[in-house]
Amino acid sequence: MTNWFTRDAIRLLIPALSLTLLLLVIFYLQPRAMSYNGLNLLFNLAVPIALATIAQMLIMTVNDLDLSMGAFVSFVACVVATFLNTNPFLGIAILAAAILAYAALGVLIHVRNLPSIVVTLGMSFVWGGLAVLILPAPGGQSPVWLRALMVSKPPLVPLAIIASILVAVCAHFLIMRSSLGVVLRGVGGNFRSVERAGWSIVRARAIIYALAAFFAILAGSALVGLTTSADANIALRYTLLSIAGVILGGGEFVGGRVSPIGAVIGALTLTLAGSFLSFLRISPDWQIGAQGMILIIVLALRLLFNRLERRGKSA
Amino acid sequence: MISIKLLLEKPWIWSFVAAAIVWFVTIMFTGGASAYGLSQAALTFAAFSIIVGIGQMFVITLGPGNIDLSVPATMTLSGTIALKLMGGADSMVVPGLLVAVAIGVAVGVGNYGLIKLLRIPPIIATLSMSFIVQSTAIWANRGLRIKPPAILADFTTSMTLGVPNVAWIALGLSIVAYWLLQKLIYGRWVSAIGQNILAARMTGIPVDGVRIVTYVLCAVLASVCGFLLANFSGGAALNMGSEYLLMSIAVVVIGGTAVAGGNSNVPGIWGASLFMFLVVSMLNTYGFDAGIRLIMTGIIIIGVIVLAGGHNSEQR
Repeated sequence: MTNWFTRDAIRLLIPALSLTLLLLVIFYLQPRAMSYNGLNLLFNLAVPIALATIAQMLIMTVNDLDLSMGAFVSFVACVVATFLNTNPFLGIAILAAAILAYAALGVLIHVRNLPSIVVTLGMSFVWGGLAVLILPAPGGQSPVWLRALMVSKPPLVPLAIIASILVAVCAHFLIMRSSLGVVLRGVGGNFRSVERAGWSIVRARAIIYALAAFFAILAGSALVGLTTSADANIALRYTLLSIAGVILGGGEFVGGRVSPIGAVIGALTLTLAGSFLSFLRISPDWQIGAQGMILIIVLALRLLFNRLERRGKSA
Repeated sequence: MISIKLLLEKPWIWSFVAAAIVWFVTIMFTGGASAYGLSQAALTFAAFSIIVGIGQMFVITLGPGNIDLSVPATMTLSGTIALKLMGGADSMVVPGLLVAVAIGVAVGVGNYGLIKLLRIPPIIATLSMSFIVQSTAIWANRGLRIKPPAILADFTTSMTLGVPNVAWIALGLSIVAYWLLQKLIYGRWVSAIGQNILAARMTGIPVDGVRIVTYVLCAVLASVCGFLLANFSGGAALNMGSEYLLMSIAVVVIGGTAVAGGNSNVPGIWGASLFMFLVVSMLNTYGFDAGIRLIMTGIIIIGVIVLAGGHNSEQR
């Protein structure tokens, strides 16, 4: 018999419950949100945030932290709205180079044993600078196919929901189910034992950084598809939002303890927390504050659950 | 000779050497015409990074994972509220400063309260806190832009003995910080906790007390800096703190403080802050635009950490 109440499942329970609760209150306050269009509007902007959160989660799997996530997603948005639109081959080449740059960063951080926070802090200036060079003023245009994809209306379930589920499932299989994922999480858990077992840690770090860049590129593309144009500062908030999303979804900073499904749920919760206030008719000034409060409440709940669990074990 | 060798072994000397080189290169371009003005500007703008950098340095010294992400939000909130309270009246300067300090104390206690009560990593605690503080600032900033009291606007923009007043304040705070770190048991405790928190606990160091004081200290320095910056720039803006998030971390790292904690360095923050400002003005002088300036800044930060990191691993 499968034990459904594993530690990981309980970890996932709290974020899932908070998201459901938040949704229920919104539906109660505004029943019209409970429609195809309503849901689409609620979750539309969550898609790029969810993708960026997955990217951040990948980096956190190996105990690192990416402080350049927001700047990188902004850079990608600028490339997508300019080069990818006018000269697709050059655009793809630039994005591929960006993935290679991320892989190289992973190698550099590992080989020189550098603090990832500082290296990515430096990189955030570099990506920001490149973004400003590409688009000194807000502008550019989304490629037509990308725009069409992001505003498409599949039958029954809104695109935002389908995309979120798809992202969660893909990341889940990649990190939790594949043998590569096990090695990558093992690096976060105890890299020495993974190394002794004959795996290359350098390669693992390079792979995880490249994967993170890939998801961040998807995030930037989705964002441009939604907003139709880009600007060098378009996604700066994503650095902090993505970290918050991973933690909200049950991930931790060390030990390779991450949850892709939780991360997506965390991103959705943070997005909802913003619009929640407008349903309560509270001033939008408090939108960011609400995200902070939700974060604190969920973490407090988790502490409570962990305590109960421990008490249950000792009894 | 021995003294020169000793000097070269100090980790902070390199940031000063770099700052001096950049200063010289910039002066060369203008033919020496701007030497005085450039130095004044560098001291003024570096002073703000120094004040927040010192606070961040204390927190980073506490060990891996300790970092205060609420610095920009605290700066914005204290600048906004203080200006609002003072309402441009010279007689309200002292209450304004006191409110700024009180905001810092509140944010610092809140930060550590979250870390301790929820047992969450400092990054996420200060992050949640910064969301709330930033929101409060947005809410408080409603309405017209308020001018700072004339006396403060004058004070922050003028000089004494040819040195900007804000630089004197930064110097005073740096001396206090140096004294706290080197001469007082508190500083020893901070370093001990950063080197090994378990060992520190075993030896009977009041770990929680030291950590809460450190987080409060960092937040108070951030709010004082926000107060000064708002008066200096003639009003508080909601994004006035944003560049100081990365800057406060960058000057600490470039200044030679160990990122892993346990070892801090006050003079290095001066060198690093001057260096960061001078690089930007050098690139400005040579006519590079904003994009190139940002890229160069990033490459310098990474370059410094690659060099410094290699140094540490040899020692180990």
